[in-house]
Amino acid sequence: MDAAKETSWEPKIITFLCNWCSYAGADLAGVSRIQYPASTRTIRVPCSGRVNPLFILRALQNGADGILVSGCHPGDCHYLSGNYAARRKFSILAGLLEHVGIEKERVQFSWVSAAEAGRFAEVITEITEDVKKLGPANRMVKKRVH
Amino acid sequence: MENLSKEIREAVKKLFEEDKVDLVIGFENGSLPLKATPCFIRNIDDIDRLVWNSRCENNLAVYLTKNKGKIGIVAKGCDSRAIVGLMQENQIDRENLVIIGIPCGGMVDQKKIEKSLQEKEPLEVKENHDSLVIKGNGFEETLKISDILYDNCMSCKHRNPVIHDVLIGEPVEEQDDVDEFAGVKAFEEKSSDERWDHFVKQGEKCIRCYACRNACPFCFCEECSVDSSQPQWFGKSIALSDTQVFHLMRSFHIAGRCVDCGACVRACPMDVDLRFFNKKIEKDVRELFSHEAGIDPEAAPPLNTYNTDDYDDFIKS
Ligand code: SF4
Ligand code: SF4
Repeated sequence: MDAAKETSWEPKIITFLCNWCSYAGADLAGVSRIQYPASTRTIRVPCSGRVNPLFILRALQNGADGILVSGCHPGDCHYLSGNYAARRKFSILAGLLEHVGIEKERVQFSWVSAAEAGRFAEVITEITEDVKKLGPANRMVKKRVH
Repeated sequence: MENLSKEIREAVKKLFEEDKVDLVIGFENGSLPLKATPCFIRNIDDIDRLVWNSRCENNLAVYLTKNKGKIGIVAKGCDSRAIVGLMQENQIDRENLVIIGIPCGGMVDQKKIEKSLQEKEPLEVKENHDSLVIKGNGFEETLKISDILYDNCMSCKHRNPVIHDVLIGEPVEEQDDVDEFAGVKAFEEKSSDERWDHFVKQGEKCIRCYACRNACPFCFCEECSVDSSQPQWFGKSIALSDTQVFHLMRSFHIAGRCVDCGACVRACPMDVDLRFFNKKIEKDVRELFSHEAGIDPEAAPPLNTYNTDDYDDFIKS
C-alpha cells in the first residue's frame, strides 16, 4: 500500500448494537452532538444475545476491519439474561479467534447503556484507534478463487 | 481380548433373552485385518459377530440419535461421556438404553501403524495384552500398543466408562498425570502469525466433505446450518475464508460438548488438525466455566446457562 493511501485509510467497523441500550446510547451521542470517528456501520439487534458468532465471522469475510458487539450492562438486559448468555458465547469466541491468529483488537465487546452517550463515543474512538494501528483486515477476508 | 469379546456376547445374549433390547450397537471385525467396524445386532443369532479389541475406535454414541427403540450400546470411556453429554441435551431415552460399559486401554492409530510398517501390507493381526503382532508376506512385527495410540487416547483421562448398566472386564488405571492440554498450551506460546499459519494450512487441506461433522456424536441436528441453503448461512465456495468459517463454527458448535473422542480426527481424509480447535475451546470452557463435558448427566451444557459473575474482563465497560 502506498503512503498516500495509508494516511487516508479509515477503517470500517461493524457495530452490532443492542436496541435497548447501546443503540440508544449511540442515538443520544448523536443528538447530544458528541463527536466520534465516522468509522462505524451500525447494525441494530434486539439483544447482544442475538448476535450469532457467525455474524462476526461473516463481517470479517466481507472485509470489516473491526467489529464491536455492544449490549446492556450485566443485570440490565431487557430480556433479563440475553447478555449473560452472550457473554459466555463471546468469551469462547474471543479465545478461539485469538487462538487461530485473528488479532484480538479486531473483534471487541462492550457494555454501554442508553444513558452513556459519552462512553459510547469513547468506545468507538478506542476501537477505531486500535484497528487503525492494526491496519486493514486481511485475514479471513474472502478472496475470489479463479 | 478374546475374553472380553466373549463377555460382551454373553451380556448381549442375556439382554436379548430378557427382551431388554431390540438392537445392540457394538463392533465386529472389519474386512481388513487391522480394522474393527461398528455393527448393529438385531437378532440373537448374530451376537457372535461382536468383538472387542484395540481397534474399536468409532464413537458409537453417534448412532443413538439416529435409532429408536430399546437399544444396547457398547461404550468405552469416550462413548460413555458422549452418552452423558447427549443425556444433558435430552437426546437419550435412558429408560430404553442399556449401556454396556467397557474399560478401554486406548485405541491404536491406524496411521501410526502404517508408518511403522512402512510399505508392508498387514495380512494377519493378533492382539496380546499390551502389544499387536502383525504378520504379512515375509514379515512379523510386534508393536507396543501404548506407543501407537491415537493422540487423544494418549491424553485421555476417562478410560473407564463414566456411566454403565453392565460392566465388561476390569477397570483400567486412569492416566491422571498426563496434561491433556499440553498441545494447546504449546500453541498458546506461539506467535499470532504462527497460529494463523497453522490455521491457514488446516483450511487449505480441508475438502469440506463434512465427514468430521458426520462422525461427531454431537452433530445431531436434523438440518446442519452448513447444509442449509435458505438461508445460506455458510459460503459454499472453495475460497479459504469459507472453509475457515466452517471450521470456526464447527468447533464453536461443539463448545462445552466435545469429549475429545477423536472421531472427527479419524474420519477426516485430509489429516486436518481438528483438535487444534476443539482442545482450545475445551480448555477455555474448563477454565472459565469449570465445566468438563460428559461427566455429570444433570449438569447444564455450559453455553445454555450462565453465572452473573462470569468472566467479564474481555468486555469494555
Ligand atoms: S468434535 Fe470430534 S472429538 Fe469432539 S465429540 Fe465431536 S467427534 Fe468427538
Ligand atoms: S473431515 Fe476433514 S476434509 Fe472433511 S470437512 Fe472435516 S476437516 Fe474438512
